[in-house]
Amino acid sequence: MSETAVQTKEVTPQVSGASKAADALEARLGALSLPAGGFTAGARAEALARLRDMGLPGPRDEYWRYTDPRAFNTARPAPLAIEENAPDSPLFADIDKLTLVFVDGEFDAEASDDLSLDGIVIDTLAQADAAGDHWARDLYGVLEASGQSPVKRPFAALNTVAARDGVLIHVTGKPSKPVHVIHRRADEAADVNWHHVVRVETGAELTLLETGMVGARSNGVLEADLAKGAKLHHITSKRAGHQTVGLSHIFARVEAEAQLKAFALSVNGTVMRHEGVIDIVGDDAVAHIAAAALGDGNVGRFHHDDTVFITHAAERCESRQVFKKVLKNGAEGVFQGKILVKPGAQKTDGYQISQALLLDEASQFLAKPELEIYADDVKCSHGSTTGAIDETALFYLRSRGVPYERAIVFLVLSFLADALEEIEDEVLREQINDRLEAWLTRRAKQ
Amino acid sequence: MLKIDNLHVKLEEEDKQILKGLSLEVPAGEVHAIMGPNGSGKSTLSYVLSGRDGYEVTEGGATLEGEDLLDMDPEERAAAGLFLAFQYPVEIPGVGNMTFLRTAVNAQRKARGEEELSSGEFLKLVRAKAKDLQIDAEMLKRPVNVGFSGGEKKRNEILQMAMLEPRMCIMDETDSGLDVDAMRLVSDGVNALRDAGRSFLVITHYQRLLNHIKPDVVHIMSNGRIVKSGGPELALQVEEEGYGDLLAEAG
Ligand SMILES: Nc1ncnc2c1ncn2[C@@H]1O[C@H](COP(=O)(O)OP(=O)(O)O)[C@@H](O)[C@H]1O
Ligand SMILES: [Mg+2]
Repeated sequence: MSETAVQTKEVTPQVSGASKAADALEARLGALSLPAGGFTAGARAEALARLRDMGLPGPRDEYWRYTDPRAFNTARPAPLAIEENAPDSPLFADIDKLTLVFVDGEFDAEASDDLSLDGIVIDTLAQADAAGDHWARDLYGVLEASGQSPVKRPFAALNTVAARDGVLIHVTGKPSKPVHVIHRRADEAADVNWHHVVRVETGAELTLLETGMVGARSNGVLEADLAKGAKLHHITSKRAGHQTVGLSHIFARVEAEAQLKAFALSVNGTVMRHEGVIDIVGDDAVAHIAAAALGDGNVGRFHHDDTVFITHAAERCESRQVFKKVLKNGAEGVFQGKILVKPGAQKTDGYQISQALLLDEASQFLAKPELEIYADDVKCSHGSTTGAIDETALFYLRSRGVPYERAIVFLVLSFLADALEEIEDEVLREQINDRLEAWLTRRAKQ
Repeated sequence: MLKIDNLHVKLEEEDKQILKGLSLEVPAGEVHAIMGPNGSGKSTLSYVLSGRDGYEVTEGGATLEGEDLLDMDPEERAAAGLFLAFQYPVEIPGVGNMTFLRTAVNAQRKARGEEELSSGEFLKLVRAKAKDLQIDAEMLKRPVNVGFSGGEKKRNEILQMAMLEPRMCIMDETDSGLDVDAMRLVSDGVNALRDAGRSFLVITHYQRLLNHIKPDVVHIMSNGRIVKSGGPELALQVEEEGYGDLLAEAG
């Protein structure tokens, strides 16, 4: 079977292949209604040129070897049955926060809070883009563009071209509460591109939460610019339907003494990929990026990919990547993580760990950790492990009367603990932990 | 209470026989000690009784108050009243000691058809028992056994035992790694639990624990069997003479 397929490919002339790919891109673009853009118009035009130059990825692209890009290349997503949208994500429901609701990627002012809050100015992309010039002009598509090298990220460029809405947050102080973006879905064939821009000024701080249900196909970009001593915590837990395919990207520039902490929880989703591109450009800065993904191949295909690129371009900076995946019933996990230490980035402390807990032999994890170091006085380490449930710990729990399924839940939570540790706020961490526990308990019996 | 009859156990994965016809009976309310050289199969016995995977019973059996133990899952044995204090308690990062303990207590109560403890009731109980064992609140909050010293781990085992109120307690070298003070705390904890309806099987290498926890019967185990049983004086004899003469005499 597979041999026949290869032969078919070989007789296809190269030229036709290339033009087919270009056609596919034009079809992909044609299926979206592309905004002309106001202050973003220039950025969108440049991104379109960039995208046409790069083309859509194919399985031969170095960073698309383990994840099949086809679901993201098709003109339209496969529609999905919209189950009930939870009226409000129970996650973070009971904490004080400022909420913005996006339905299929478009801001829903009715369902959202008033956007004024001390220390912070919040706009939404579609409105701001219609209104004229904006501070976000210096960042929209800019961090994405600089993140295109050395690794191409065509879907991020596509997002800059196509994004209809998103949140633009200018943080000048220390707002009293987090900003919470909630996604909802309405159209069963929604092909959503949202694009957030966050600028945290010197000494300012923001916690940004992002939860909710994403549509049939989603592609998100967050561009985050952290000035000297700024702090940004980004915590996401997006729920995907079992047929959903989705991409998300964080492009961050971290200046001196600033701190970026990003954590993402994902459950379900057919093909999901999260890319993190972090440039540490000022001395004594800290960037942590962590994620926990849980997949059960029994409820549909599950393929989850974390692709991270951290560049150290300054001295005495610390980066940490903690990526954990729990896979069962034929679920697949991918981790591609790189630490690049540029010449002169002395005293860099770079740490990377990727781990998979396979709950059965049908599931698999592929990891590609990379270090590229051009400075001599640095401390960098990376590790990757794939393992099963620890039988001794399982027996210990059961010997105390903890039933088998409950014991597995405990051990999975235990496995995920150091990723969750990256959530500094104890209340938020507890809520994520409870969400996880509920999901695990629900799925334990299958 | 506990009756072990001609128990033969081999490793599941290897052709290695570890228990070779072990028989033993611990009546209700009694404390029995098992002593024996390293490698004689003491830990294996405790694991087989509590249901760890990896062992195969080839002959014989074991019952707890007449119920066939070997047929049950580990959690069923626990709910039936069996408890094993581990020689090497297991660290479980990310799972709070209190959460774990409350889950265990309530799972057992549920399995027995009893009402579960509310978090208030549980807290009150655990605080009182922890205090007796000089386990501070900070330790209770930490993940299970993570960052605990050897002595703290063993005290935590006894705390679990006190909370779960088993009828049959097996203690596997609970004294190893304990200093004099910790030994006293652990022994006091165990002695406080002694009553007519509860039995103990205390596995130890040394006689000194038995100065604190006075056994009714001492068994000497070697090469997968009980080779001699007697009163507390047997432990003293081991302490003075070592196992050499005893084992030679037993053949
Ligand atoms: N899982 C195992 N794999 C291999 N050998 C084992 C295993 N469990 C026990 N043994 C062997 O069985 C014998 C008895 O071990 P153990 O029960 O730990 O003795 P004790 O607790 O009396 O020191 C030893 O020779 C030990 O090496
Ligand atoms: Mg032993």
